[in-house]
Amino acid sequence: MKFTFSWLKDHLDTMASLDEVVETLTRIGLEVENVEDKAKTFAPYKVAYVVSAEQHPNADRLRVCVVDTGEGAPVQVVCGAPNARTGMKSVFAPPGTYIPGKNITLGIGTIRGVESRGMLCSAAELELSDDHEGIIDLPDDAPVGQPYAAYAGLDDPVIEINLTPNRPDCTSIHGIARDLAAAGLGTLKGGEISAVKTVGPCPVSVRLDFAPGDEKLCPIFSLRLVRGVKNGPSPEWMQRRLLSIGLRPINALVDITNYMTFDRGRPLHVFDAKKVMGNLTVRRASDGEELLALDGRTYTLDRGTVVIADENGVESIAGIMGGEHSGVDATTTDVLIESALWDPLNIAQSGRKLGIITDARYRFERGVDPAFTLPGLDLAAGMVMEICGGVASEPVIAGKVPQDNRVIEFPWSEVPRLSGLPVQPAESKQILEKLGFGIEGSSDAVKVTPPSWRPDVEGKADLVEEVIRIVGLDRIEPRPLPRLEAAVAKPILTLIQKRTRLAKHALAVRGLVEAVTWSFIGKAEADMFGGGDPRLALANPIASDLSDMRPSLLPGLLKAAQRNADRGFGDVALFEVGQCFASDEPEGQTIKAAAVRRGTARPEGVGRHWDGGATAVDAFDAKADAMALLATLGIPAGGLQVVAGGPSWFHPGRSGTLQFGPKNVIGTFGEVHPNILRVLDLKGPLVAFELTLDGLPTPKPKPTKMRPKLVLSDFQPVTRDFAFVVGRDVAAGEIIKAAQSAERQLIVGVDVFDVYEGTGIDPDKKSVAIAVTIQPTDKTLTDVEIEAITARIVAEVAKKTGAVLRS
Amino acid sequence: MTDLTQLERDLLARVEAAGDEAALEAVRVAALGKKGSVSDLLKTLGGMTPEERKERGPLINGLRDAVQGAIAARKDVLASAALEARLLAERLDVTLPVPEAPEVRGRIHPISQVVEEITAIFADMGFSVADGPDIETDYLNFTALNFPEGHPAREMHDTFFLAPDEKGERKVLRTHTSPVQIRTMTSKAPPIRIIIPGRTYRHDSDQTHTPMFHQVEGLVIDTQANIAHMKWVLEEFCKAFFEVDQVKMRFRPSFFPFTEPSAEVDIQCSRKGGEIRFGEGEDWLEILGCGMVHPNVLRNCGLDPDKVQGFAWGMGIDRIAMLKYGMPDLRPFFEADVRWLNHYGFRPLDIPSLVSGLTS
Repeated sequence: MKFTFSWLKDHLDTMASLDEVVETLTRIGLEVENVEDKAKTFAPYKVAYVVSAEQHPNADRLRVCVVDTGEGAPVQVVCGAPNARTGMKSVFAPPGTYIPGKNITLGIGTIRGVESRGMLCSAAELELSDDHEGIIDLPDDAPVGQPYAAYAGLDDPVIEINLTPNRPDCTSIHGIARDLAAAGLGTLKGGEISAVKTVGPCPVSVRLDFAPGDEKLCPIFSLRLVRGVKNGPSPEWMQRRLLSIGLRPINALVDITNYMTFDRGRPLHVFDAKKVMGNLTVRRASDGEELLALDGRTYTLDRGTVVIADENGVESIAGIMGGEHSGVDATTTDVLIESALWDPLNIAQSGRKLGIITDARYRFERGVDPAFTLPGLDLAAGMVMEICGGVASEPVIAGKVPQDNRVIEFPWSEVPRLSGLPVQPAESKQILEKLGFGIEGSSDAVKVTPPSWRPDVEGKADLVEEVIRIVGLDRIEPRPLPRLEAAVAKPILTLIQKRTRLAKHALAVRGLVEAVTWSFIGKAEADMFGGGDPRLALANPIASDLSDMRPSLLPGLLKAAQRNADRGFGDVALFEVGQCFASDEPEGQTIKAAAVRRGTARPEGVGRHWDGGATAVDAFDAKADAMALLATLGIPAGGLQVVAGGPSWFHPGRSGTLQFGPKNVIGTFGEVHPNILRVLDLKGPLVAFELTLDGLPTPKPKPTKMRPKLVLSDFQPVTRDFAFVVGRDVAAGEIIKAAQSAERQLIVGVDVFDVYEGTGIDPDKKSVAIAVTIQPTDKTLTDVEIEAITARIVAEVAKKTGAVLRS
Repeated sequence: MTDLTQLERDLLARVEAAGDEAALEAVRVAALGKKGSVSDLLKTLGGMTPEERKERGPLINGLRDAVQGAIAARKDVLASAALEARLLAERLDVTLPVPEAPEVRGRIHPISQVVEEITAIFADMGFSVADGPDIETDYLNFTALNFPEGHPAREMHDTFFLAPDEKGERKVLRTHTSPVQIRTMTSKAPPIRIIIPGRTYRHDSDQTHTPMFHQVEGLVIDTQANIAHMKWVLEEFCKAFFEVDQVKMRFRPSFFPFTEPSAEVDIQCSRKGGEIRFGEGEDWLEILGCGMVHPNVLRNCGLDPDKVQGFAWGMGIDRIAMLKYGMPDLRPFFEADVRWLNHYGFRPLDIPSLVSGLTS
């Protein structure tokens, strides 16, 4: 919403400066977005007299002018304008002036050997118009030395406010003035609308043609004919104001409607009465009806939109834009002025559907003051007669102003209750009254009637806001929020919140870099990674590759790794901890943790190193990340099973599944499947893991924080090594498990220290060497006892896996 | 007498002159070996008279002890010299670089870091952290929050919708974390003090907007919480978060469907050379929106707005991260460019706390 300072003063009797007004507007909730003060920007530009203009000695197209600037001796200026001549008056800028149209700051120059101390300016150089044919040619009576902005009437500052959607009343300058008056910045004026002298009835009748229940689409429609007008250009003062706020003057009748729109927030429409055939009907459009609108475009309408039609068909789109056919022009002599009320929701929807943004729509979709429908028509008719002449008919009115039954029971104590500021009832009352609220009663609780122009006010909290915004939020002193309990703060994070946070640090210390990727991925990727449920597809994705809620973090991370590789950073290790979606229900959303490693980005080190290295990542790096994460999260490794094979996006022979039993899978790891690499256009080596944090076991609550008693053995542990030859398919994990089970009490550790395939071993076999640690508990074991245990280990491993001791 | 003295002087000189263990051994054999000069003298003791032995014995034994001692001492000297020589030969080039440690390479994303910072501050003020789903019902995202039918935010060009279900209801990707306020107020009795950090979505993508971003909201509900308390909470938060002693904040009346009265909050700052400093300067930067929870919202949660009251606020996590740490653009937050992450990310063990400071 834009207006000028002088325009505001039409409605506000005030001594306040521009700065005070601007500061107050923002303080009371009418946030000032911009102030354009041409008096300031054009301060150096003065009216000047060209004493002489003579041919430049060294250039055909230049003139050397002697210019009287109104102060001091005349100055010499070299000028290239064809219209520069002796005796003219123009606009002069001294050295040091910024010229907006050229984006330069003037200096003292020498042009073709002649010194030039300033510039005579064109309108284009001042960005006042596109005219750069010559310098500004001012009338002879222009006073030399006067600031040009003041002379040309450009010194009216333009203020632009960023209006919140709840304040339709401030789409009018009158409404803004009312707020400022309430804030103590002056007195509101211009409230009285004088009656229009009328001659005879309006010859055109209006019918509201709506099905029952649809009446709210147009509660009231009023119309007046003004006969015998002369529709020339509007007066200069009006044109200047419209231009200041960015509106192009068209002709007096159109300009009056635009002026009323801003001055009073009352959009109107004018029809050329001679082009209207018969009477007017206000109705829903029929599907497929068309209108050539005033913007020169043809719109196809449907039943959602309300129109004004005559016997020719649609003449205007209600509350949004008129039609070209019945529009007014220079030849118009009889004009029909429309002042109507439209349903905000319907106008918003129609405007959006048609893609038309107008000042009328802007106001109607927020809510135009219903009570001002008829006064607005009178005011407009009066202006038309004053500017264009003619005589007005009596109004024709269809429908009526809807009843406003809002009354709010308001205890004055509501203001301090919600604001914390002890505003006295008298002050609250004064503010509300100045804003136009009606107040009945004088006790602690009163009945408040909101004014017709404030459709946003519906309850007590709204009234508190009115008082507080005018009083000023800055008057409220911050007050400490008391603690709920006088106690040391308790821990606040839930288990999953703690795990999410810890997981990030656990993965980062492994050299992984945290990424945050989109929650939505492409449909193909969603399908490939176990998702693609149509219930998780967006109806309106922002891009085709951001269309489906992700089932997994891996597609985002894999593609991110590749983007880095494409930029020359191929050895990347990325992780993400974030939400994934299995359904559109809250339970379908889980927190996953995943990491990808590419190239040589291994935990031990990245890239080539003098001490060896440049080893490509493999599935064990991914497994190590997963295991480290589980250990850091305190997940007991006891029941955890590592099962060969994983989901389809992993290499079937180089992947594994982490689970506490087949129905309790918590994650997977492995090398990314070559098909995934091919389809997603990725280059390996790429390994990854993904764990579902919500799926991890919950620790059992314990009554105390005591650790179990530490039991230390007085006897040295014994280590025995075994090399087994087993089938290649036998999992090392099976051998470990078998060895462990040979003597559960005493065997405290089984490690694999060598795996060998090749010369000396059958091609379908491998050698697996394990070190078994035996920890005696109550006495040193004799050789015979140790022998017995080792024999049991060999027997057990042989039984479970078919292994034989390597000879 | 003189022969013994002379012999001792000779032998000690030879011990001292022995350049290595072999030479020293030769001296030892020559003096103390079976046929060594000192051994020979010791053998003569047997044939002496008691008087002679009493006189010569100590001298000859003394000679033996002196030579033995000298040899042992010399042996130590030679051994240390040999060790010294060996160690010198074993020298490493310690200027060779070691691999960069994983805890040096790893990074925490600024969003995670800032969420931890925010949590630390509000935990101290007695707030807990609430979560909710990203896929929300239209009711919880809009209706319960007092958005009227036909509000522009409910349109396809502002909000992401999922496909309609059998009943024709479309779920939305939450446009703010406010639905969690409703979820909390309908499941827990006041007093309520929560913050809600999380992902949010809007149908917007240009230089300064991304279709996904992060928001943190706060909610206080009890029987007394008012604007004065709200101002205190927000000012204390800003001071703690930006790690400055003073901030100047400007509360401007504004409008949100879910609060009444509502305000937008600007924070005073200076901008010099691309650096933003808080607590000084002439510029105002919009930082958050806030207000007293709208009576309709309380009613929608089954609460009586005449009996309970409270305030709520919301701000962009990405935005305040940018303000504090100086990232110029939003888009790179979600591009996973390791150059950006290495530069703006945080070291794995830079864990924010009020005890040791939010930032090191």
